[in-house]
Amino acid sequence: MSALPRRVIAALSIPPSVGLAVFYVWPLLTLLFRAIDGDAVQTTLGRRATWEVAWFTLWQAVVSTLMTLVVGLAPAYIVARFNFRGRQLLLGLITALFVLPTVVMGAAFLALLPDGMNQSIAAVIAAHVVFNLAVVVRTVGPLWEQLPSDMEGAAATLGASPWRVFTMITLPLIRPALVAASSIVFIFTFTSFGVVRVIGAAGTRTLEVEVWRQAIQLGDIRTAVVLSILQMVMLAAVVMCSSRAQRRYSQPLGLEPSARRMPQRGSERRQVALIGFTSFAVCGAPLFALAARSFSTPSGWSIAAWTQLGRTEVRPGIRLGIDPLDAVRNSVENALWATLFAVVIGALASLAIAAARNTGRFLDVGMMLPVGTSAVTIGFGMLITFDQAPYDWRAEWWLVPIGHALVAVPFVVRATVGVLRSVDPQLHAAAATLGASPTRAWRTVVVPFLWRPLTVGATLAAAISLGEFGATSFLSRSDSETVPIAIEQLLGRTGSLLQAQGYAMATVLAVVTIALVAAVDRSHQLRTLARSTVNGPN
Amino acid sequence: MTRRKPASAAVALMLVVGACSSDDASTSEPAAITLVTYDSFPDAETSMNEALQAFSSETGIAVEILVAGDTGTMLSKAALTVGNPEGDVMWGIDNTFLSRALNEGIFEPAAMPVGAELPPEFTQLSPDGLAVPVDFGDVCINYDLAWFADADIKPPTSLSDLIDPVYSDLLAVQNPATSSPGLAFLLATIDEFGDDGWQDYWTALRSNGVQVFNGWTESYYGSFTGAGGSGRPLVVSYGSSPTAEVIFAEPARKEALTAVIESTCFRQVEFAGILAGTEHPNEAAQLLEFLVGETFQAELALNLFVYPTNSAVELPQEFIDFAVVPESSRSVGPERIDANRSNWIDTWTSLVLG
Repeated sequence: MSALPRRVIAALSIPPSVGLAVFYVWPLLTLLFRAIDGDAVQTTLGRRATWEVAWFTLWQAVVSTLMTLVVGLAPAYIVARFNFRGRQLLLGLITALFVLPTVVMGAAFLALLPDGMNQSIAAVIAAHVVFNLAVVVRTVGPLWEQLPSDMEGAAATLGASPWRVFTMITLPLIRPALVAASSIVFIFTFTSFGVVRVIGAAGTRTLEVEVWRQAIQLGDIRTAVVLSILQMVMLAAVVMCSSRAQRRYSQPLGLEPSARRMPQRGSERRQVALIGFTSFAVCGAPLFALAARSFSTPSGWSIAAWTQLGRTEVRPGIRLGIDPLDAVRNSVENALWATLFAVVIGALASLAIAAARNTGRFLDVGMMLPVGTSAVTIGFGMLITFDQAPYDWRAEWWLVPIGHALVAVPFVVRATVGVLRSVDPQLHAAAATLGASPTRAWRTVVVPFLWRPLTVGATLAAAISLGEFGATSFLSRSDSETVPIAIEQLLGRTGSLLQAQGYAMATVLAVVTIALVAAVDRSHQLRTLARSTVNGPN
Repeated sequence: MTRRKPASAAVALMLVVGACSSDDASTSEPAAITLVTYDSFPDAETSMNEALQAFSSETGIAVEILVAGDTGTMLSKAALTVGNPEGDVMWGIDNTFLSRALNEGIFEPAAMPVGAELPPEFTQLSPDGLAVPVDFGDVCINYDLAWFADADIKPPTSLSDLIDPVYSDLLAVQNPATSSPGLAFLLATIDEFGDDGWQDYWTALRSNGVQVFNGWTESYYGSFTGAGGSGRPLVVSYGSSPTAEVIFAEPARKEALTAVIESTCFRQVEFAGILAGTEHPNEAAQLLEFLVGETFQAELALNLFVYPTNSAVELPQEFIDFAVVPESSRSVGPERIDANRSNWIDTWTSLVLG
C-alpha cells in the first residue's frame, strides 16, 4: 500500500483535512477561546461530582463495549459467512436499531422491559448493546466475509474443533476489524445521551448529558466546555491506543471478493437458524413494540394514526404545523447530501491513511474526534464561528448535512481502512512486475476492494443522517423539519392521537432505513456479480 | 503535509458551497425579519402562521420563523450571540429563564412601546419592559378520574395531601435538572413550603414513594394511568393537558378522563422581546406589537395550548369547556429563581435521588 507517490498521498489527504479544519477544528477553537479560562478549568476539575460523572461514563462504556462485542459476533458471523433467507432483513433490522432516534427507541425499549428493570444501569447497558450491534456486524462483517476460507477449512480438516478454528484462525484474522468496531462502540456509549436520559434512572449522567445540562439547563457554557474537553481527552487516549492496535494486528490477507454461501451441513444449518432467530427476536422486539404503539389507543386498536398521517389538519380547524411528508422529503434530501460528503471525504481519507504510515495516524484520529465531541460543543461552536459575512452560514441548509457527514466519515474510514490494509502487497508487486505504473497498479489492485466497504460506509452515513445524530439538533432551522424532529414534537405533546402518530412516523423511519440497507446490499450484489462475469474473479 | 494547499482548497469549497446556496441570498432584503422561537412553535400551515402572513401583507414585512431548539437551547444560543443575533424578535422565554435572559442582555428596548393592555402581574416581571409577556399557562398535578373513582379514594387536593400514606406510590414527577415541568413543580413546592420547608417536604415525598422521570414524555406517556400507562394515577403535567387529551383523543371523546389539582399549579409566563443587535429595529417593533395584538393572540389557545395575555381575546369553546384557569397560581420571582436554581437543583438531587 505504501507504493503510492508521496504527492499523491498528500493530495488525497487535503480535502478531508480542510473539511475537518473548517467545520470542526475552527468552530471548536473559537468556542474554546471564547468560553474557557484557567478559573473554569480549576473549579470544574476540582469538583468531586465531575469525577464521579467521568468514572460512571468510563465504566459503563467499557462494560457496554465488551458486551456488544461478545453479543455482536454471532450475528456478524452468520451475516458475513452465509446466505440465508432473511439475511438482508436482519441486516436492515440491526441497522435500523442503530439509527432510529433514541427518544423513540428508548420509549420502545422501555415498553419491553419488565417493571423491575426500568430505570436501571442494566437496562442502559442492554439498550447500548442492542442499539450498537450494527457497528460490530457492519464493521467486522466486510472483512470476515472476504477472509480466505481455505485456512479455516485446512484447520478443520486437521481435526480442530469449530471453537478452536475460531479462536486460533478466525479471531486473529478479524482482530483489526474487531478493534475498529470496539473503538466505535466505545465512542458511542462513552458519549451516550439519549439512552441515558430516556432509560437511565433520573440523575444518571454521562459527561455528554452533563455538558448538555450545564450549557442548556444552567446556562453555564464555561463549565460545559471544560467537561467537553475532559470527554475528548479521555476518548482521544482510547482511540489512539485502538488505532495503534488496529495497525499492529492488521496483516496482508489474500482477500476474496466474497466467501458467502448457503449453510450446508445439518449442524451448520442449525447454528445459523438458532443465531438468526435469536437475533431476529432481540432486534425485532423493540421495532415491533414501536409499530404496535402506532396502533394503540387507550380504548383499543385503531388505524387512525396511519390514515391521518398525510393530513396536516388533525382536527377540524386545528393544524399542528407538522407535515410528515415534508419531513420525510427534508430528511431524505439531507441524507443524500450527507452521504455524498461522507463518502467522498471518507474514501480520500481512507486511501491517504492506509498509504501513509505516520501522517496517516493524525488524520485517522482527527477524523474520529467529531464523533467524540459533545454535540452541544460542536453545535454552539458552529453558531459563534460562522456568523460573519462572507461566512455567515448559521442558517444555511447545507450546514446540517455537513454536520451529519462529520459524524459519518469515521464510519466510512473505519470500514475502508481495515480492508485496504489487508490487501496483499504481493498483488501489487505482481502488477508492478507486469509493467503497470505505480498509480495504475494501485488502481487495478486496490480500488476493486474499495467498493464493498464504501457501500457499507455510505449506508451507515445515510442512516446516521436519517436518524439525526448529534450536533445538528443544536443548529437552528427554518422550515426544514426532519422526521426525527417531527417525531420528537409529536411525542412531546398531550393527546393519544399525536402519540400514535409519532410512533407511526417512527415506524416509517424504521421501514425506510431497512429498505435502504436492503437496497444497497442488493445493488452491491448485482454489481459484484456483473463484475465477476465480465472480468472473471479478481 | 503541505501547509499552503488547504487554503486554496477551502476557497474552492466555499465557491462550490456558495454556488449551491445562491438562491437563499434573497433573505437579506430590507423588509424581511426573523422570528426566533422554540421547537413547539409551528413554522407553517397553522392559523398562527396565517395570522403572521396577514401581518406581512398588511405591513410589507416578511416574517421568517427560525426554530432554535427547546427554550433552554434557544436562550443559551441567544446568550452566545448577543449583539449579532440569529434573528430579530424572540418568542418564548418563560419566567424560569427570564432573569437569565435579562442578565445576559439578549433583548434591547423596542423602537416604540407596546400598546396592548397586558396584565400588570405579568408586565412587572420585566419592569423595564424589555421582555413582553405573550402567553401563560400552568404546570399542575394531573390525576386520573377513573382510577380514583375505581379505587374509591378521594383525589388529593393540596401539596400536603401528597405525603399522606393514602397516596403512597401514586405520584410521578420529573427531574428538575432535565425537565421544565419538573422544575416548575419544584418551584411550586418552594413557594408553598418556603426556603426552609421544601427540603423536608421532598424527603417526605420520597418516603411516600414519589417516582422521578427524566422527561415529561416518559412520565406522562410511560407511566400515567390517565394516558394509557400502567404506572401512576398522579403526574406532574400541564394545566392544559386534560383539554388536549379531549381534543386529540383517539377515538374522539366528549368527556375529560383527567383533571388538575388547582392548588398545585405553578404559573408559567412566556415572553417575547427584540433581540439586541437587530438590524431592523423598526420592523421588529411592529412585529412585537402584532404578537400581543388580538388577531394573533386569539390563535394561541388551540395552537400552543396556552392562554393569551391580551385579556380582550375570547377563548375558543373547547378551551372553556375543559380548561381551568386556577384562581391563584403559584409563582416565584424570576431573580430568585435565577439566583437559586443551581443550588435548589443540587439540593433536590441529593435529597431525592441521592
